[in-house]
Amino acid sequence: MLKYLIPLGLFLVLVVFLAIGLTRDPHEIPSALVNKPAPTFRLPQLKDETKTFSAEDMQGKVWLLNVWASWCIACREEHEYLFGYAKSGAAPIIGLNYKDRREDALAWLGELGDPYQLSAVDFDGRVAIDYGVYGAPETYVIDKGGTIRLKHVGPVTPDVWSQKVLPLVQELNREGTTR
Amino acid sequence: MTRSSLLALLLLCLIPSFAMAQVQEEERPSDDPVIEARLAKLSRELRCLQCQNQTLADSPAGLAADLRREIRAQMKAGKSDQEIVAFLTQRYGDFILYKPRVTYTTYLLWFGPFVLLLGGLYVLFRYIKQRRDSILEQPLSADERRRAEELLAASGKETV
Repeated sequence: MLKYLIPLGLFLVLVVFLAIGLTRDPHEIPSALVNKPAPTFRLPQLKDETKTFSAEDMQGKVWLLNVWASWCIACREEHEYLFGYAKSGAAPIIGLNYKDRREDALAWLGELGDPYQLSAVDFDGRVAIDYGVYGAPETYVIDKGGTIRLKHVGPVTPDVWSQKVLPLVQELNREGTTR
Repeated sequence: MTRSSLLALLLLCLIPSFAMAQVQEEERPSDDPVIEARLAKLSRELRCLQCQNQTLADSPAGLAADLRREIRAQMKAGKSDQEIVAFLTQRYGDFILYKPRVTYTTYLLWFGPFVLLLGGLYVLFRYIKQRRDSILEQPLSADERRRAEELLAASGKETV
């Protein structure tokens, strides 16, 4: 009897491993940057080239950094939701315009509206490398002390917002300024 | 074939060369052959995160081009390969390495097959030994011996 149970047992273990493997998204790479300080940068702003934006400007606030581009199709899907998130007042959303052209980016915001407090411009993608961006849209939750607390790759759908992002933002808002 | 269709055909032939020109314009190789050789070697060991089954050397993705540019710039600044790999893994994690590092999370990956091999060898040897023992260590009873001799004698008659 045991003779037949051992292969059956091994087979079942294999099935369980493969079943778990199927539910995982290979595009979700565990981020190396969660719970690390957000990389500093200073970039020109999209709407006013003469002004710059730096991650340090947001010190003491919980904020979202949303990587977007006019060429990015999933960003278009996400864009309409961002208005609701911004209106909820949970956290300011800063855009990082990634490898785009200024006129394209401005036309995109003109067409679809602008949910961002402001957008910083990363034309050559250099800052995005520091943030480990590998596919727009990506969203980072950064706490009052300037530490990255969450990275979400792909559109922040209402489900992702209500289950993952919003609870964390609310919790971080309650926290005092760390460091 | 009319003259205009011939011309159209000629133009069609030119299209791929335009596409090539555009790609090359986006990415400028370094004029230092040492850096290009180092980049070629290093980027074969790194994964493109946009199209995960390609190396950084093969990938046409925009991110791969950016990373190659970054690697060139760092090599030019005198960084060693290890420093550049450290720079990339800090940002993208170990996933960017095509060859997984030997850490406690990858012990199973690296050493699992050898453990399985040893386990398999152990089972195989035990099986062979058991089988041999069961053949050798069972002397025939007097009854069996008589029957065997009868059979041998019978077959001896037939063949002769």
